[in-house]
Amino acid sequence: MFGTTFMLAIRSIFRHKLRSFLTTLGIIIGVAAVVAMVTLGKATTKAAQAQVASLGTNVLQIRPGQGFGRGGGGPRPPDFKEADVEAIARQVAGVKAVAPQAQSTATVIYQGANWSTTINGTTNAFFQVQPWPLVSGRTFSRNEEQAGNAVCIIGNTIRTNLFRGGEAVGDRIRVNGVSCDVIGVLSTRGQGGFGDQDDVIIMPIKQVQRRFTGNRDIRLMMVGVDPAYDSAQVQESIKQVLRERRRITGGKEDDFNIFDTAQISQTLTGITTLLTQIVTAVAAISLVVGGIGIMNIMLVSVTERTREIGIRLAIGAVASEVLLQFLMEAVVLSCLGGLVGLVVAQLVVIGLAPLMQVEFLFEPQINVIAFLVSALIGVVFGYFPAQRAAGLNPIDALRHE
Amino acid sequence: MADSDPPIIRLRGVTKVYGEGPTAFQALKGVDLDIAAGDFVAVMGPSGSGKSTTMNILGCLDVPTGGQFLFKGVHVERLDRDQRALLRRKYLGFVFQGFNLLARTSALENVELPLLYRGDPRKQRREAAMEALDKVGLKDWWDHTPGELSGGQQQRVAIARAIVTNPDVLLADEPTGNLDSERSIEIMEFLTELNKTSGITVLMVTHEPDMAAFAHTIVHFKDGLVERIEAGHKSGEAVA
Ligand SMILES: Nc1ncnc2c1ncn2[C@@H]1O[C@H](COP(=O)(O)OP(=O)(O)OP(=O)(O)O)[C@@H](O)[C@H]1O
Ligand SMILES: [Mg+2]
Repeated sequence: MFGTTFMLAIRSIFRHKLRSFLTTLGIIIGVAAVVAMVTLGKATTKAAQAQVASLGTNVLQIRPGQGFGRGGGGPRPPDFKEADVEAIARQVAGVKAVAPQAQSTATVIYQGANWSTTINGTTNAFFQVQPWPLVSGRTFSRNEEQAGNAVCIIGNTIRTNLFRGGEAVGDRIRVNGVSCDVIGVLSTRGQGGFGDQDDVIIMPIKQVQRRFTGNRDIRLMMVGVDPAYDSAQVQESIKQVLRERRRITGGKEDDFNIFDTAQISQTLTGITTLLTQIVTAVAAISLVVGGIGIMNIMLVSVTERTREIGIRLAIGAVASEVLLQFLMEAVVLSCLGGLVGLVVAQLVVIGLAPLMQVEFLFEPQINVIAFLVSALIGVVFGYFPAQRAAGLNPIDALRHE
Repeated sequence: MADSDPPIIRLRGVTKVYGEGPTAFQALKGVDLDIAAGDFVAVMGPSGSGKSTTMNILGCLDVPTGGQFLFKGVHVERLDRDQRALLRRKYLGFVFQGFNLLARTSALENVELPLLYRGDPRKQRREAAMEALDKVGLKDWWDHTPGELSGGQQQRVAIARAIVTNPDVLLADEPTGNLDSERSIEIMEFLTELNKTSGITVLMVTHEPDMAAFAHTIVHFKDGLVERIEAGHKSGEAVA
């Protein structure tokens, strides 16, 4: 009986292609919307997380001043010194590495081509704090680091613009007139919320301080925290060390700020998740509307096909077979709609992902859920019309029209 | 057929009341009727005399308000909806005045339909349906939809659908009502042939004496009662 009614349902659906298509349109749109929204939401979240991860996970950024948008007036608090870096690295438990940073801008020249970029002075600790592998070459040697030699590791944008993508390691560039050996090339990080992250040259901090900034100040310390330790506790310890070193006593406020990248990560994820949920809820409503559409057309169809139902009953169909046929039609229709909707959703994601600067991804879970929901909609909204069809009196049905 | 054979159909005091209360209408007022297996019966009578009502009851499509209807000795008036559906599926074939074929569905698929509900496998269905279409002379038209067939052809498809299950009884309510006399005679000749070769009991409502003349037995209805029963003119051997 199941196989028979299934076949009858399929026949009926394909015999009325336009009607079937219109019936499923609501489901197609609903499923496509839900799946596309959820997938794009996930992709956006993932992209945002990747961006934050490029800052390094479990990384604290310490800057002088009271943090973003706070403490306007008064003299600028002093920058950090090398001794601060060492103190934190040595005294605070749970600190993996501390990378000092001193920044400057410079014009870089190679064989007549020039490019304006950021010079980032740091130590090898920089590469321990955050994962940023090299595609070729090496990091600083202990000697280069301590002496502050004129060596540099270049970002991919520099290689593209000055070396036209060719091998750069072993060549020599001029940075603000200082000739400098290229010892490594960084892997691509891409466009982030912080501008082109690959448009950078990394040099030993001593070289940058001597030749570019002209002082021994450290504007930023990046602290890698051992994941086994509680970040809040590590932050508190760092705070105590710095307060002591900067002679801040009693109730006086800190004149530096510690910024936890994990926090932005959480905030960003929270926002994108919320947005995804809102949009998905809207899309889910359209799915329900699609279900009501199916019920509508099935009800019309029952009236329109009253005679057909009469014929089926007259030649010996029992009520449950008619019920099953109509129910099956609704379920098959909504499942077909669901499948088409899934395909449309993938196309939408493929089309929109590049525009939204996110990667295409396939989310099996939401696809399965959306499909099951569309099947469920078929059962729920198909049952009432099916029951009505099965309840018809054969003679009345035959006499219809 | 011998008198001792039990009738395949036996109506005893069958009444049918449509509606309730003051608008109630008694369409059948106590019909007694026996139909022997293998008979070819024409039912005649003025409009509104209860012919279709009786046919619907005989076809197990409707239940009598009172009285008894025995089909092969089974009290049909005691059966429920689904049991009656199964009786129809197994023993009965219908031909309607309006053909009642499924639209946009090929002749073959229309004829296959009763077999589908019976759960026959595909190949067997195809073969039986083709054979039935062949019997009504429409083998070459199997893939045509009702819209592509003439009235006479449609009625022949309907007959093929009715006989494809090898029913015991074929019920036809004004099968030639929508056809011209030439097509009507074709249909009647076919029903006669069917009755003779397959032994199917044929019950047919008609208004035309010419068509009724093909039958062995003619039952006349009047005012919800059987008025009289006579032997058909072309019945060859006389009927009791
Ligand atoms: N569903 C119904 N509800 C109410 N009255 C009905 C119904 N069906 C039939 N009747 C009435 O019952 C009576 C008998 O109807 P029936 O259809 O059996 O007549 P008939 O002999 O077949 O007539 P015709 O030759 O016109 O087809 C008629 O008066 C008709 O109006
Ligand atoms: Mg009638």
